Amino acid sequence: MTTPRPNSLRLGPDEHGHFGIYGGRFVAETLMPLVLELEQAYNKAKDDPAFKKEMTLLQKEYIGRPSPLYFAKRLTEHLRGAKIYLKREELNHTGSHKLNNVLGQILLARRMGKKRIIAETGAGQHGVATATMCANFGLDCVVYMGAVDVERQKPNVFRMKLLGAEVRPVQSGTKTLKDAMNEALRDWVTNVENTFYCIGTVAGPHPYPAMVRDFQSVIGIETREQMLEAEGRIPDSLVACIGGGSNAMGLFHPFLDDASVEMYGVEAAGFGISSGKHAASITGGRPGVLHGNRTYLLMDDDGQIKDAHSISAGLDYPGIGPEHSWLHDMGRVKFLSATDEEALKAFQLLSTLEGIIPALEPAHAIAKVTEIAPKKPKDHLMVVNLSGRGDKDIYQVAERLGGKL
Amino acid sequence: MSARIDARFKLLAQEGRAGLVTFLTANDPDYDTSLAIMKSLPKAGADLIELGMPFTDPMADGPAVQASSQRALKAGATLKKTLSLVREFRAQEKDTPLILMGYYNPIYIYGVDKFLTDAKAAGVDGLIVVDLPPEEDEELCIPALKAGLAFIRLATPTTDDKRLPAVLKNTSGFVYYVSITGITGAAIPDPNRVTSAVARIKRHTKLPVAVGFGIKTAADARVIASGADAVVVGSALVETIRNSLDGAGRATEKTLKAVTDLVTELAGGVHSARRAAAE
Repeated sequence: MTTPRPNSLRLGPDEHGHFGIYGGRFVAETLMPLVLELEQAYNKAKDDPAFKKEMTLLQKEYIGRPSPLYFAKRLTEHLRGAKIYLKREELNHTGSHKLNNVLGQILLARRMGKKRIIAETGAGQHGVATATMCANFGLDCVVYMGAVDVERQKPNVFRMKLLGAEVRPVQSGTKTLKDAMNEALRDWVTNVENTFYCIGTVAGPHPYPAMVRDFQSVIGIETREQMLEAEGRIPDSLVACIGGGSNAMGLFHPFLDDASVEMYGVEAAGFGISSGKHAASITGGRPGVLHGNRTYLLMDDDGQIKDAHSISAGLDYPGIGPEHSWLHDMGRVKFLSATDEEALKAFQLLSTLEGIIPALEPAHAIAKVTEIAPKKPKDHLMVVNLSGRGDKDIYQVAERLGGKL
Repeated sequence: MSARIDARFKLLAQEGRAGLVTFLTANDPDYDTSLAIMKSLPKAGADLIELGMPFTDPMADGPAVQASSQRALKAGATLKKTLSLVREFRAQEKDTPLILMGYYNPIYIYGVDKFLTDAKAAGVDGLIVVDLPPEEDEELCIPALKAGLAFIRLATPTTDDKRLPAVLKNTSGFVYYVSITGITGAAIPDPNRVTSAVARIKRHTKLPVAVGFGIKTAADARVIASGADAVVVGSALVETIRNSLDGAGRATEKTLKAVTDLVTELAGGVHSARRAAAE
């Protein structure tokens, strides 16, 4: 990993949690002292070798890191362009990149003496990861999940319960991820003394976007080393799907100062951007303030937040992490979008070509790879973050493809 | 800085009683009913009026206020219409202070400068914006003060003595003490704790202190009023609106009266309280 240069893109946020005009701490006063306490605790832990040591050990022995960087030979041959590598985050314990972040936050919660953990979840991956770590450390765990998501992600709901967590279906608003986050914030406001809010993505009030990014950066750091070992040089492009954007930020961040590396974030276009039914905050939204940060959001002309839509519950969020908004404005990351249909096709393509069933979330990234990779030369090294496995999605996909299990 | 807010608290002090602050959501359940209720409030006993700016994602609010926001939005609420309600209210009522309360995004999208100009012109006296802590004062608080609107800050049980000065620094009009850690309409606060918390805040500021969150009945209001300059009631009022609606969620002939009756009752509770700690 290179050390940040003075004009580095990797130094953000500033002391107030701003990435340019994005980020910040837009929370109620009740939470403000907690957010400041968390920031202090995180800064202290970050500089403590004992914290790093504990985390590194559990990353290895409990999560199973490093995750492999796998050359997708048949996908490469099929697309006849860039040489495609998959960063196999779906092989982590619990089946996604989510545990990287949760491990860090739970270790921090323990240092802060917090015994009760709350989390929001969309697809259920972050909820499962949080329930898992809480079981591992004997902590109370409450997961807020939109009632709509509870319905479409039943296997993960069951997994969370099996792990000893309490899943609270959220009936307010649109009953999806944003409402789960509202409800988790309401819980936190109410239970300030003993509760740690484990946010699942690179969004929320400072320090969450930076902290979650740091915990996820292990993805990009490993990718750099693994690619150097495999090819003797760093990748030419990185592709990742974006809901809140934690898997993408984890992959991108360690490469931000490598000007030669192209970065593509793939948002969920749902039924298509022009249909208005999508979850592409950057492609189809504009800057606003929600959930503690300023960032690109889906909203109407009155500033009312609009419902997101995606086949993938994990991308079904009307916002995006503030650092992504900043990177978009300066043009460092290019944001694309893939529709439900395109994601479904990619889901099947990767399954049949590589024997890997991806989650619907990274299937969006794969969908765009099928467009970008053929335009690149054969020596172009492309890394796709395979952020989760698709077992949780098979019921929904079967339904969409007109079959039944 | 707001002449109307300052004058109202001065009057309350002269009369030796606490004030009643009523919270209702603009456009709930519809524009005309909302306006009729607003116009009836001063006579019913409200000393200050808080008008909620509807928002899809009211993170600090409990189910009652969430539902009122959704009713208002369903009935076509916008920030523009909220300001229009204020304008119509102000045409009739010159003395009762009116404070807009809500979340930042609709204001940000309306445009901060335009909003402040339009709000001032409509007759708004102050703002409470839940998701703008002192750390974000540059966004709206400082421009609002410059535009001559009060910026009323929430202080909470988690705001300790070390943090209070930062919270109070750019606060004007009054301080809104959130009596519980929690969302609006949740548990009833412990009066003794509230009294000592108000006393704590008063050691740091000369501003009046209003107490809110969790106060539902005239009896609650009376107990809390004995230790504060004003008492805020919101969830109980929007619940009263909800209970008065017909099956399709429309206002009935009961709606206006149900709200004003409760306000009168609450005012009775507040006004009968002896002001102890507030002196």
